[in-house]
Amino acid sequence: MDYMLSEDLAAIREICGEIAQKHIIPVRAQLDEENRFPREIMGVLAKSDLFSIYIPEAYGGTGMGSLALCVATEELSRACGGIAVSYAANALGAMPILLFGTDEQKKAFLPPLASGEKLCAFALTESEAGSDAAGIKTRAVRDGNHYILNGTKQWITNGGEAQIYTVIAMTDPSRGARGASAFIVEEGTPGFSYGKKEDKMGIRASATRELIFEDCRIPAENLISREGMGFMVAMKTLDNSRPGVAAQAVGIAQGALDEALVYASQRRQFGQRIDSFQGIQFMLADMATSVEAARALTYAVARMIDSGLGKFEKESAMAKVFASDVAMKVTTDAVQILGGYGYMKEYPVEKMMRDAKITQIYEGTNQIQRMVIASALIRETAAGKR
Amino acid sequence: MKFVVAVKQVPDTAEVRIDHEKGTLIRDGVPSILNPFDAYALEEALKWRDTLGGSVTVVTMGPPQAESVLTEAVSMGADDGILLTDRAFAGSDTWATSHTIAEAVRKITGVNAVFCGKQAIDGDTAQTGPGIAASLDWPQVTFVGRVREMTEENMVCERYVENGVQVLRVELPAVITVLKDANTPRVPSLRGKMKARNFKPVIWGASDLNLASEETGLEGSPTKVVTTATPEARAGGSVHRGTPQELAVIMADLLLGREDHR
Repeated sequence: MDYMLSEDLAAIREICGEIAQKHIIPVRAQLDEENRFPREIMGVLAKSDLFSIYIPEAYGGTGMGSLALCVATEELSRACGGIAVSYAANALGAMPILLFGTDEQKKAFLPPLASGEKLCAFALTESEAGSDAAGIKTRAVRDGNHYILNGTKQWITNGGEAQIYTVIAMTDPSRGARGASAFIVEEGTPGFSYGKKEDKMGIRASATRELIFEDCRIPAENLISREGMGFMVAMKTLDNSRPGVAAQAVGIAQGALDEALVYASQRRQFGQRIDSFQGIQFMLADMATSVEAARALTYAVARMIDSGLGKFEKESAMAKVFASDVAMKVTTDAVQILGGYGYMKEYPVEKMMRDAKITQIYEGTNQIQRMVIASALIRETAAGKR
Repeated sequence: MKFVVAVKQVPDTAEVRIDHEKGTLIRDGVPSILNPFDAYALEEALKWRDTLGGSVTVVTMGPPQAESVLTEAVSMGADDGILLTDRAFAGSDTWATSHTIAEAVRKITGVNAVFCGKQAIDGDTAQTGPGIAASLDWPQVTFVGRVREMTEENMVCERYVENGVQVLRVELPAVITVLKDANTPRVPSLRGKMKARNFKPVIWGASDLNLASEETGLEGSPTKVVTTATPEARAGGSVHRGTPQELAVIMADLLLGREDHR
């Protein structure tokens, strides 16, 4: 389908496609096997200006917005979901600063992210606070011109690889969600260290690690927005970043569909190509249709965000939930079409199936997304907007 | 530093088919690309510009549509591009082409080094780089697998030859031809592509280069293509078995044409 992408967006797709062919596809199986972060590939992405696209021109970026980020993430995910999330997680980490940072904070932290010189990560999740994000235990206590952080963040994408972290911590636990605040923490700050690196089912090229804060003193000017705004910062950040997860899911699904199509045209059984069998044809047709529907929804939400409309949490959740369910179904079907070969590591579809699963889980499980969608629907109905 | 990279637009030989009756290439519908070896020359120039500062100018000679290889080079980071195009250039052999490009390098002035690919994948002569050096009367290093160091005065190149590596220090200005061992050409950047979209090359013809008709084009080309032919397909070989002594006898007989062992 033609989405009437601008020349700039077409250029982004082309660049990402070339990087995927030359730099990602040749190494993706090895990085997956070795659980190894793609530092060199991050360098290639940086040289090609891909970290600039979600950062405004005033702060060293090219200011291309949400749809551009979706196109890039999708095209990279088509080759490897793990490498793509290592890229896209930078936008997630930078989002609190982009949305709520002061001009000084933006000037200080965004230019090195736009150039790719530094990487970024977002730290909300804790062992006891996943879907129930308001249950975080990490504390931040004001001490003169500093805040002192104590606590442990879990499953942080780009943990240990990023140099700039946006961290949600409690400044007033008695106020629950309204007692949370957002901070910028730089690598190397005394009291800030990394815990264990996780051994994951999929997206294994990406780094997922614990962040440990032990009497970690950060300057008070690293507070994002005001005390008590942390939960709001986190929720708005996720509303903006979810189309990125949707784009990752679309890309993974497209990659699996591509593999299934090629395989079905080459594999012969009963004396003919297996794509001549209606059983396979119907699967391929359904896979392609659902990928296109997921892409259309994802792009529509990204365009909505880029248009400057303030409210899109429902639509953003819809794109994430739909595209990730499509990715799981399509990658599973791709493995089915490749049969025994699909189950083997020689072919890339089993990895795509493993990579797809996380898109139903992270940045808000699909169950939480459905709650977000339903509560928005109920609110709209009560307000007579439907 | 002021670098020039000489590039060529070539048919994508991966896509070319051969008309076996006529013995010629079927070029219809074959996409034109930047000669792959030239990408290594371009990357090497860009790398040294990024290190030492200065500029990279790409030069190509060809029909107006050859502009697209300059645009591609700009998207990869070249600062500007010059298209040498003129009906008077048509039919140039490597001598006339080298001479014409050398005149362009003279006209640019102040060039420290010219980078060329090892050879073009269509003609496969590997003559244009050395020809440019000869025409400019500059030193040349061919088959460069690595440029070790560079200053305003000279550069140190590793020249990959059949039985080893020659390490050569060459005074600048000079011409080098680059092998694919030298680097990995960069992927175009987004800003490069945005710049390339508005890029218009400088266009020079024969009169801009003060070239007389006998110096360029068909008239300036001492080489004449008499005929082109497809070599006959080789017949299958033969397999001989035996002790080393027996095989030595058979081989000697074959080489001396004494007996037909097939």
